[in-house]
Amino acid sequence: MFTDAFRNDAAAKVTGKAKYTDDYKLPDMLYAVPVHSKVASAIIKTINYSKALNQKGVVAVYTAKDIPGNIKFGQIIKDCPTLVNRRIRSAGDVIALIVAETREIALSALPFVEVELEEIPGVYNPEEAMQGTSPLVNPDFGSNICNYHKVRTGNMEQGEKEAELIIEQEFNTSRVEHCYLEPETALCYLRPDGVMEVLGSMQHPFSTRRFVASTLGCKLSAVEVKNIPMGGGFGGKDDTAALVCARAALCAYLTRKPVKLIYSREMSMRESYKRHPYKLQYRMGLKKNGKIVFIKARIVADGGAYCSVTPWVTWRSTVQSCGCYEVPNVQSDVYGVYTNNIFSGAFRGFGSPQVNFAIEQLIEMAAEKLNMDATEFRKMNMVHQGSKTITEQKLDNHTVSLQQVMDSVLQEIDYENKVQQCSFGNPDVEEWYGIGYAIAYRGVSLGAEGTDMNSAIINIQPDGSVLLETGVHENGQGAQSAMILIAAKELGIPKELIRYRLPSTSNIPDGGSTVASRGTIMGGGAVVNAAKIIKQRLCEGVEKALGINGCSYKNGNIYSAQGEKVADFFAAVRWCYDHQIYPFAFGVFKAPQISWDEETGHGNAYFSWVYSCQAAELKVNCKTGKITLLNLVAAHDIGKAINPALLTGQIYGGMAMGAGYALYENFPLVKGEPQITNYNGYRVMRSTDLPEMTAILIENADPNSPSNAKGIGEPALEITAPAISTALYRATGKRFTDLPIAPQVREYVKGKKQ
Amino acid sequence: MKITVNNTEYSVSEELAELKLSTYLRENLGLTGTKIGCDIGVCGSCTVLVNNKPGRSCLLKLKDVVNKEVLTIEGLASSSGTLHPIQQAFIDAGAIQCGFCTPGMVLTAYAFLLENKQPSREEAREAIKGNICRCTGYQQIIDAILLAAQRMWNNEDKRFD
Ligand code: FES
Ligand code: FES
Repeated sequence: MFTDAFRNDAAAKVTGKAKYTDDYKLPDMLYAVPVHSKVASAIIKTINYSKALNQKGVVAVYTAKDIPGNIKFGQIIKDCPTLVNRRIRSAGDVIALIVAETREIALSALPFVEVELEEIPGVYNPEEAMQGTSPLVNPDFGSNICNYHKVRTGNMEQGEKEAELIIEQEFNTSRVEHCYLEPETALCYLRPDGVMEVLGSMQHPFSTRRFVASTLGCKLSAVEVKNIPMGGGFGGKDDTAALVCARAALCAYLTRKPVKLIYSREMSMRESYKRHPYKLQYRMGLKKNGKIVFIKARIVADGGAYCSVTPWVTWRSTVQSCGCYEVPNVQSDVYGVYTNNIFSGAFRGFGSPQVNFAIEQLIEMAAEKLNMDATEFRKMNMVHQGSKTITEQKLDNHTVSLQQVMDSVLQEIDYENKVQQCSFGNPDVEEWYGIGYAIAYRGVSLGAEGTDMNSAIINIQPDGSVLLETGVHENGQGAQSAMILIAAKELGIPKELIRYRLPSTSNIPDGGSTVASRGTIMGGGAVVNAAKIIKQRLCEGVEKALGINGCSYKNGNIYSAQGEKVADFFAAVRWCYDHQIYPFAFGVFKAPQISWDEETGHGNAYFSWVYSCQAAELKVNCKTGKITLLNLVAAHDIGKAINPALLTGQIYGGMAMGAGYALYENFPLVKGEPQITNYNGYRVMRSTDLPEMTAILIENADPNSPSNAKGIGEPALEITAPAISTALYRATGKRFTDLPIAPQVREYVKGKKQ
Repeated sequence: MKITVNNTEYSVSEELAELKLSTYLRENLGLTGTKIGCDIGVCGSCTVLVNNKPGRSCLLKLKDVVNKEVLTIEGLASSSGTLHPIQQAFIDAGAIQCGFCTPGMVLTAYAFLLENKQPSREEAREAIKGNICRCTGYQQIIDAILLAAQRMWNNEDKRFD
């Protein structure tokens, strides 16, 4: 237990002073609400909003024809409408915006917007959508296959020949809602200087800026998006949150008044993108001695109505499609598919939780079939120092620590003993016990998903206080605190001297999205590099003041060439200002080069990798099927622990979310229509659903990262589900290959009783 | 109607009897520390204390709190700004991430500690089950509650193992 955790924004949050978007009010502010579609596939014939306009207090109703800039935008394919002009592609589409003096008035005017629609056939099953005969979701794109990635390694024919044992299995994963506690909200106003200022609950200010500028048809420099506290994101506050900001900005632009657009939970759940549901079909060939000779995978991701980041999500699934194992012959085919479902996008894990759920169970099934211990089987096949991944990347530029993370977890949980006690559906007991674990590696940061760089500004004031900012966004994970700690360590000064300045898009360059667990590695790298420059500046100041050369900086002091201390930090700062030197630095960290060949699916996909192991213990009531988690243990090699208390918190939170993914979470659609509208229908893990958890931090400093740290946000979640599903297999004797599992266990138990 | 919020008494016109407490706190009094996560009484982020008992301000109407004492997160620290031990414990145990559940969670924990001065981890876990936190997995929130109990009531160390 931690008793002195450091978090710079905690005092504001614990006193209720922290201001989230909805906590701001501006004079003359108006309120907007969205008019959502009631169907998933239709053509809009007419929109009649005159009755709505006649309601007292309604100021305006806007539709697509009021948009001065582009109607559609998107991060990869520009297919996502700020407001739909003609064709409705999903039940989350927004047709109009009502602007009124109060939120209540705006909401009560909703029924008065009359939309005449002609429903047209939609497609809701990705396999059907892939058939040439299906209606096209995005006719401009010309195909329902949004993207296709593959890996071709070795020789499959050879692999098939060599295999002495084959296993085949299909897995299906569920559509999952992020459930950040704060729904999307935006507050925009047109400043007197002509800049549209945007406050919003969003995790990618630069993406938001692009959406807003595209909608308004203005330059990026005419939009300023500010970082303010946000009530959770988990990857979910990118496209939808940006669209919400773009809509509020549109209303502010047209009314010339500040406009706040608040989403209710119902609106948020209806519209926001979800985790991609996957269908994964595997065929694995094995030697009797336990060696994997080939893996053939066909993976289909339901991308829903809009592209969002589906090509990137599925790319990670492609690279990691065979888990952390050496496989000589590989054929992976991964498709992202358009349907008329609510769209899918970024969600903590980003294409890895699905493949890990499948592959880690497949590994267990293979070991069982071979009559081998699953741990021995893993050790025989998993990557080690110098191994090649399935994309032919040699793992030799960092410590490959799978064995270490695995040993730590198995020892901590006493696996060898406990695995002997599993029930396997024993009919003679009232309660079944099971234990299971899973391992994984994860490519750090974006890989070939996008341009990967970040920057930091260190600006030392004349009194020695330090202003720090980076292109990393505070999503609630504690990014600011990590940046402060890295700067404090590099400069050898107390962290209290450093104030993190939440940046805006107008004063720091675009550092990409704070996703992909890249905040610490990328932002931290930029801070280290900025600190290097600052140290030189401080030395220059001292050299000028004393008329000497060859000074060096160490732990907050400046030393002469002879090694004698000549100035402390404060004196150095003062002398800088006295001698026309700004103790100011702009540091950049560019991710090391990666490579990718779409044709073969080969390349150095990521510049480094995180290694993880998690284990779960649980019991199942044989009468009711109720599952009780007893224990969750995780070990992750995060390179270096910058802020252990917060890092540990990421692991606990990730495991909780991963456990929910395994057992309960599901966001069903019927003909594209959400069946759940609020938290009452969606089971988020509560305190009593979770056991005590243990997090083990493994630190093998990563030379590819200037701060030696890697990321944790996503590794923490991506293998909880397979650990739990294997534990459930050992408890019940039945393997569950679809998510979520708890309802199936209940059914299974019911079936047994009859 | 008279309502006391954070030790200040307010007179409220009868017309507002049906107004949601959460709306009154956030809009009328500007006490925006009370957060709205679901607005249907399920997530607990709008929790305030009414006569020291947790209540969901998105479900309560003003008429429900007439002549009662409402405590919001803004009223927990001392007037000089010193944090309440439960607040400090949330910080020190690393129990805060995005912070959106924090006000409701802190108040729920505070009400619980008023009743239970030597809580076990299981009791603390049970006490916060009505409050959803999507970020933390609750582990460090439970740590915080036990840490606060120790600091508030001077318990022995053994409960922290
Ligand atoms: S906002 Fe009141 S319980 Fe969720
Ligand atoms: S800290 Fe984010 S919901 Fe609890």
